[in-house]
This record gives sequence, structure tokens and C-alpha cells, in this order.
Amino acid sequence: MQAYTGKILHVDLADGKTKVKYFDEAFAKSYIGGTGFGIKTLIDNQPPGTDPFDPANPLIYAVGAVSGTMVPCAASKFGVFAKSPETNLLGEAYSTGRWGAELRMAGYDILVIKGKSEKPVYLWIDDESVQLMDACHLWGKYTWETEETIRKDLGDQYVRVSAIGPGGERLVRVACLINDRFRAAGRTGLGAVMGSKNLKAVAVRGTHSVSVAEPEKLQEMCEDLYERAKGPATSKYRDLGTPANVLTLNSQAAMPTRNYQSATFEGAETVSGEYLNEHYVVKIQGCSGCPMRCEHIAVVPEGQYKGATARVEYEPTMAFGPYCGVDRLDGVIKAIELCDLYGIDAISTGIIVGFGMECYEKGLIDDKQTGGLELEFGNHEAMVKMVEKIGLRQDVGDILAEGVKRAAEGIGQGSEEFAMHIKGLEMTGYDVRGLKTCALGYAVSRRGADHQRHGSYGPDLKGTVDRFKAEKGRGKIVMNDEDNYCIFDSMILCKFSRGIWKGYDEIASVYGVVTGIPMTGEELRMAGERMSNLARLYNIREGMTRKDDNLPPRVMKLPIPEGVAKGSLVTQEDLDILLDDYYETRGWTPQGVPKKKKLEELGLEEYAGITASRKKEEVR
Amino acid sequence: MVRHKFVSYDPDKCVGCRVCEYVCSLEKEKAFNPTLSRIRTLRIYPNTNASIACRLCEDAPCVIACPRKALEQSKENGVILVDDDKCDGCGWCIEACDFGTITLMPDRKTVVICDLCEGEPKCVKWCPEEALELSSKDIIAQKARIDAVQKLTKAAAEAKT
Repeated sequence: MQAYTGKILHVDLADGKTKVKYFDEAFAKSYIGGTGFGIKTLIDNQPPGTDPFDPANPLIYAVGAVSGTMVPCAASKFGVFAKSPETNLLGEAYSTGRWGAELRMAGYDILVIKGKSEKPVYLWIDDESVQLMDACHLWGKYTWETEETIRKDLGDQYVRVSAIGPGGERLVRVACLINDRFRAAGRTGLGAVMGSKNLKAVAVRGTHSVSVAEPEKLQEMCEDLYERAKGPATSKYRDLGTPANVLTLNSQAAMPTRNYQSATFEGAETVSGEYLNEHYVVKIQGCSGCPMRCEHIAVVPEGQYKGATARVEYEPTMAFGPYCGVDRLDGVIKAIELCDLYGIDAISTGIIVGFGMECYEKGLIDDKQTGGLELEFGNHEAMVKMVEKIGLRQDVGDILAEGVKRAAEGIGQGSEEFAMHIKGLEMTGYDVRGLKTCALGYAVSRRGADHQRHGSYGPDLKGTVDRFKAEKGRGKIVMNDEDNYCIFDSMILCKFSRGIWKGYDEIASVYGVVTGIPMTGEELRMAGERMSNLARLYNIREGMTRKDDNLPPRVMKLPIPEGVAKGSLVTQEDLDILLDDYYETRGWTPQGVPKKKKLEELGLEEYAGITASRKKEEVR
Repeated sequence: MVRHKFVSYDPDKCVGCRVCEYVCSLEKEKAFNPTLSRIRTLRIYPNTNASIACRLCEDAPCVIACPRKALEQSKENGVILVDDDKCDGCGWCIEACDFGTITLMPDRKTVVICDLCEGEPKCVKWCPEEALELSSKDIIAQKARIDAVQKLTKAAAEAKT
């Protein structure tokens, strides 16, 4: 097989020992890369029931099948996996920039980090040389400073660094990993897993070549793909960027506002993509191997946040804008910058601050707890300061750093009713009360509240289905979207480029040309289905049931108060219709457990023991 | 020399996507490897991006520095020709180059320098942002003059209204 290195690097932080293991073509063909490799490696390497902060919880990095090649928008993608400290289920997050290609060029497709170091260290992978380096001088440093200091220490500007900030060190449950300055493996708290291991960063430098099976054929295919990547299918991401969603979703009354108290935001205009680009964006740059580029670098030119610099996307803009009732982009940019510096997920952190604001306004937390901050909706100064308090676990920030699920359990007094999370992971930027297909996608998403495992807002917003209706058939839409996204996350192809691809057949032929492993579209689709099912098995093994495929109480009890979706909510009856249909379509029991026949069909028989451990009526 | 063409980049257009490095290494080394590319990108955070290849200097310092006369500048098109038999990878030329555009091949122990792909550089063809151009110093200067004059004219027109 070509392109794949076939190598898995195992590192034990307890004794510093490393070991290289190998995978074969059958493994590659079954699990493709990225998410497939990550889920498979996690389920096989983590003892069942391990606590996320236990040294036995492996922190896994995996690159995509076509990583390090000229396949558009794919060279540098990578995924990170571990048991999540937020959900106690599958933790996974994806990033890009330059780091991913570097790992493959260093000679590895998968990196498995186990154990816990006695003292702070960072891992330095320099092709075959793998070392643990002292990180005492880096502990406490922001992510950006960490990255620059490591480069300086090693004397090489081309070293790529994936690091945690003070948030990960303090086991903030929403902590993330920052690489290449502006890129984050953001969700599910994987930065806290790194911090729990006394590991500050993974630095990589790779100089090996990535060979492909049919270079000339690949060039030929890429000529066409690059043209598409520069065309209308990606213009949204190249021009306004994802913040274009602000006005779109606001007009559809799908904009999570003030902790889901509304779905429309009166101040949307001044936090819109249009406003951002006119006033703040200084450069749009690209990841390694990307012919479309989307990275909107924004700098605040004046005022109290002068100089604040961040890569701005829709989700964090939603979280620190409408979600916190803030209509100023300078405050939003500052909040995102701080999230990147402290190494905490900007989506979850914004949702947490919004939750804190509602707690404060309802009198559930007081000035003493906020350290004197008037944590009211719309107060951008209090919002910015609260981000720091969460990153440092100061005052009520210590409780909020646990994520909204655990914070609500700590604060109590009915705050659980407006804690916006699924399975422990904070909601993202689609008000699903009036997007019923998307609501199902969120409810069943394997990493908790998430739009990125399915993208099922598409049919709702495009109007190909009645978005206000829960009905049979939505299960199939979500299933197909999920399996398709598994392939994007295993190749790994940037989802912003999804519009340039013509489906499984085309992706399969690129896979074949790159790796030399024959692949059909149907085989590829099935690999996606295999990954979805394996993730489900992992989550079942770690204790999830149908009850966890739910939606936050406010989505099911409080109708959208105004706008075109006024009156919408998802009732328990709606959810049951959607879940029953989804499980049945998936070949799962009414309790959401994959049936034996399905496991056999997908070649997952070895995991049948997981389903057998469930009550008989559940697996029948 | 002033009319010899080389691959120049526009700092405003370059986004640091490294596509030039991918296609160069594929063209020249039949595999993807930015460290073997004849054109090298650099990003200085937050947002400075560059892509630099041999600039075909007049009286090229690399040629002068070579102790083995392994480098020679083509009279025809100005590219630096490397004699693989004479080059032993000592790296003096790399130190002499002000732009960091000479690459040592770790396996072969010889250096490689942009040869313009027989007049049709692959990097220029593939650059998604049209940030790379095969151009000569006098043409680059011409363009700068045109830009400057257009800006002046526009400013003058705006001042009148």
C-alpha cells in the first residue's frame, strides 16, 4: 500500500518507552484513516470503564488516508481521540493547519500516548527520533507562547506543535488542543486529557516523502478537483467565511440566542460575516494543501480590545455573540483569542458563559461568586473576563470549567432546566427546535451535541424536507449523512470542501489512486457505516443507553418565542418517532443497540460481546 | 540578467497553502515532500506568507561560493545548473544564498535549485491564488510603477472631487 506509513507509534509517558507497531492493508481498507483509525484504536486500547483522567485513557492522534498528498483540502487534517472528560463517551476532535502532514512525513499514521509523566514534559517526534522533553519552563504558558518557545528551543521554524494552554493543565473539561497558532482540535475536552498526563505538547518534524500509487493519474484528477475547489461550491468559505451563517440562521429563527431564550438576535447585523469582513479581517489564508483557503484572520484595530487577533468562524461568533447577547465583534474576537491562548474550546466556553449569565440574572450565582462581575447578557466586558476565569478556574469559573452539565449539577436550583448540552457536551450553533432532522442528528451524535457528525441541518434549511415536522424517513437522512461524514473524517477531507466531491465513487477512486488499494464507492460507504457502528459499540461499552440520545430540556419544553419558527419545539413524542425510525434504519434494536446481523454484515463480530452484555430484550 | 525570468510571489496574494511545494516535489522527486521542493513556503504568524524560489541573482553568490565549481549560471536563461558529479553537498552555496532557496537532498548529498521546469514552472501553473508568476526583474519593476501611478492618479482624482 502507498501513502500510508503503516506505522503506529506507541508512547508510554510513565517510563518514556516507545514502540512502533504496524498495521496491514486489511486494517487500512476497513478503517480508512482519521476517525476510523481513531475509534478502532481507542476501543482496542482503552480498558472498558476507564476514567477519562486515568493514565490508562489513551490520547490518540490519527491522520487521514490521503494526508500529506495534493488531494485538495486534505493534506494536513488530523483527528484526536480519547475517552471524553465531558461525556465519559467517545471523545474526538479534528484539526488542520500543518501538523497532520508533518506526522505522516515523520513516518506515522497513528500516535497512541498512554500513561502519565511525573513531571511536565512534551513529546518531540523528529522522524525516527522520539523523545520526552522537559516542559517545566512551558507549564503555565499560553498555547501561542508554548508553540513559539518549542520552535526556538529546537531551533527549527518548521516544527509543528499541538499544545495545551493553562486550561488543559487545570483539567478544564472543555480544554482543547491548539496547533499552528489558529487551529484547534476543539471539542470534547481532549486538552484536559493531555493535561491529566502532565503532557504539554506534541511537537513534530517530518522529512520523509509520501509516495502515491498513481501520481500522474492523481494530478489529472486534481486538476479538475482544484478547479471545483476554486469555484462556486466553496465560495461561502472563501468569501465571507462561515460567519455568513449569522444572518442566514437569524432570518430562519435558528440562531441560539441568550442561552436558547430566543432564536433570533436583534444585534445580528454587527456580529455578521459581512460586518466582520468589512471591519476586522486582515487576511484570508490557507492550510497545507488547500486550494480554496478559508482562514479569516481578524484583528481588532482600535478601542479597548485593540490588537486582539483570532481566526473567526461562525460557531465561536455565535457562542460569544448572540448566545451571550453581545453585539460587538471586538469583544467576540477578544473572547476567541483568549480561548485559543488558554486552550479552551471556544464553542463550549461561549455556551458556558451564556449559561452563567442566565444563572446570574436569575440570582442563582451572586457577585461574590463572579468575582464582582455583572455577568448579564450583553455585558461583553464581563464575558471576556469570565473566559479568563474559566481558563484559570477562578471564582465561579472553577464550577463553570466543569462544563454546563456538571456546573448545573453544582449550582442546582433548577439550573439543569437551562443547561444546554447533550451527553455532557455543550450545544452548537443551530437552534434545533425548528430543525427536526437536525434535532435527530444532534440527539444521536456520538460525541454529544454536535452538527459536525451529520450536517443534517442541510435538508431542513434547504427546504428539501418540512423542517418543523418529525416523521419517518428522517432516520435514513441522518444515517446517510453520518456515514458520509465518517468518510470525510477518515480520508480526511475538509468538510468545507464537501461540495466539490461527487459522492462515494469519486472519493473511492481518489483513494485507490493514492493508496493503490482497490476501493469501490459501495465499499467506502460501508466503511463509513462500520465506523458509525463501532463508535456506537464503544459508547455502549462505556455505558450509554437510549436515554442518552436526548435533547436539552429547553429544546423540548420552551417553544421558540418569535420569528419564522415561532412556537417550534421538539416534543418527547417527536423525539421518539425520530429515534425509533433511526434505530430501525440502522439495523439496531429499539434500545439503540446494533443487532448481531448488522455486526456480521460490517465485519464487527469481534465486538458482539459488548451487545451481549446488554439485557436480552435490548438486543433482540 | 535583468530580463531573465524567475518565479516570484506576490505577498498580498500568497496564502501559505504549500500547494507549490507539493507539486514541485511531485514533479522533481516523484513524491510529496515539501522539504525536497525547490520552492519553499514560510508562514510567520499571524498572517505573513511567503513562497520563495531561486531569484537568479546576477553574479550569483552560490556559484562564487562553490569550492568545486559544481554550480554554473546558464547564459541562456540564468538558472543555476548543478553538476551532480562535482557537488558533494558541502552546503557553502546554501550559506551564500540570501534567500534560502537552495535545498540539500539528504539521500543524494547534492543540492537542488529551481530550474523553472523548462520554462513552464509547475508551481506557477498550480498556484490556486495566482500568487506565483514567471517574471523578470524589469517587468516586476514596471508593474510596481504602474501600480504606484494608478494609485496616485486615483488619489489625485479623489482629492479634486
